[in-house]
Amino acid sequence: MAKIKAPKASPTIDMTPMVDLAFLLVTFFMLSANFRSDEPVQVDTPSSIADAEIPKNVILITVDKEGRVLYGFTGGQEARKNLLIKMADKYKVKFNKTQLEEFSILPSFGCSIQQLPEYLEMESEERKHLKTSIPMDSTNNQLKDWIYFGNIEGLASGKVKFEEAVNKNPETEMNEYKPKFILKVDGKALYEHAKNVIEIFRDLDLNNLNFVTSLEGGGEKH
Amino acid sequence: MADMGEGGGGHEKGGKKRAKKGSTRVDMTPLVDLAFLLLTFFVLTSTFSKPKIMSLVYPAKPKEDVKVEEQKINNAITFLISENKIFYYKGEFYGPENTKGKPATQLEETSFGPKGVRMLLADLNKSVLNGKKKLKAKLDSKQIKTDEYLSGIRDLKRADEALKVLIKTDDKAITKNFIDLVDELRIHEIGVIAPVDILPSEQELLNAKLK
Repeated sequence: MAKIKAPKASPTIDMTPMVDLAFLLVTFFMLSANFRSDEPVQVDTPSSIADAEIPKNVILITVDKEGRVLYGFTGGQEARKNLLIKMADKYKVKFNKTQLEEFSILPSFGCSIQQLPEYLEMESEERKHLKTSIPMDSTNNQLKDWIYFGNIEGLASGKVKFEEAVNKNPETEMNEYKPKFILKVDGKALYEHAKNVIEIFRDLDLNNLNFVTSLEGGGEKH
Repeated sequence: MADMGEGGGGHEKGGKKRAKKGSTRVDMTPLVDLAFLLLTFFVLTSTFSKPKIMSLVYPAKPKEDVKVEEQKINNAITFLISENKIFYYKGEFYGPENTKGKPATQLEETSFGPKGVRMLLADLNKSVLNGKKKLKAKLDSKQIKTDEYLSGIRDLKRADEALKVLIKTDDKAITKNFIDLVDELRIHEIGVIAPVDILPSEQELLNAKLK
């Protein structure tokens, strides 16, 4: 009788399909990922049924649980540099080249303009330990100036982008490119903190505001 | 890895020298390792739930030199939020000793749950909600187009019988409650939402209720 030999399976497996799939997924996630921006504070936004996405050109005011106020502007790097130059000019604070570059990629910050040069030198981990806020009392209302100049720069950079878009598609609406004003308020924060910021917007005659919310179901429940 | 050696084997039998046949197989293990590492990284860092925005138009600040005429609002309701509680009254506010001889306004308490604000709004904003249902039926049966449907809803919201809502908050109100209320108003198709300042007399009533 012939011995039945167990067929010797090759120890190697053809991995090509697996690699194909893995790279397909990698590509998918790479292209679809939008990274969590490294914000200096954690904010839990309430949920709502709203489904509008955050536009590109925004002035974002973040209010955290304790009422710290942070400012962010996403009108493009050039616009951010111009904004800082205008603010530095008004408050007579000097910034060097590297600080200016750093500011042009900063997501949002929460300190007075006098502290800003020092803040820009810090590592992002250090920034998270700070407990400062943007001054917004009536005698030293820096937030108002940030919003005011941010709006001007946002309008300017939006206009450039709008003109480019109009060349491609004449039906583009200017409104899409105007800066929008967004409040990212922690659900547990007192509304009073948000209201103080809203009052500044209203003083500047900017009445159309937006609240950041997470999609219903995704956020915290009652 | 086992494959790699095969091609380079040097034990040819017989005299004929053959050209070395390079293996067509490449060891893919490191490649797979890298691919999965990247995959894991992107899966973990990507955020799926993109934040959304809810727009809210605040009333413009009155200009000093322009006198604003008192607008008569019919069918209005005012919500007052403090801490985790919510109160409301309908119509205009009358103090305890008003000149118009109306009974003083009383605050009613309600809640954020499905039996509170939601039922109240469904009842008070019936005209808009029913009108929307009719329009929706017409849209589904293709009697009207989408833009007609949308403009129809807009007109309904602006109509006199549509409910107008004022929101007042005191210094203890929590943002989440405010957003929840606005969200609820959006669900019930309220066209006019005005977050306004609380009056001192309203604050007094609210304080009395909170005790």
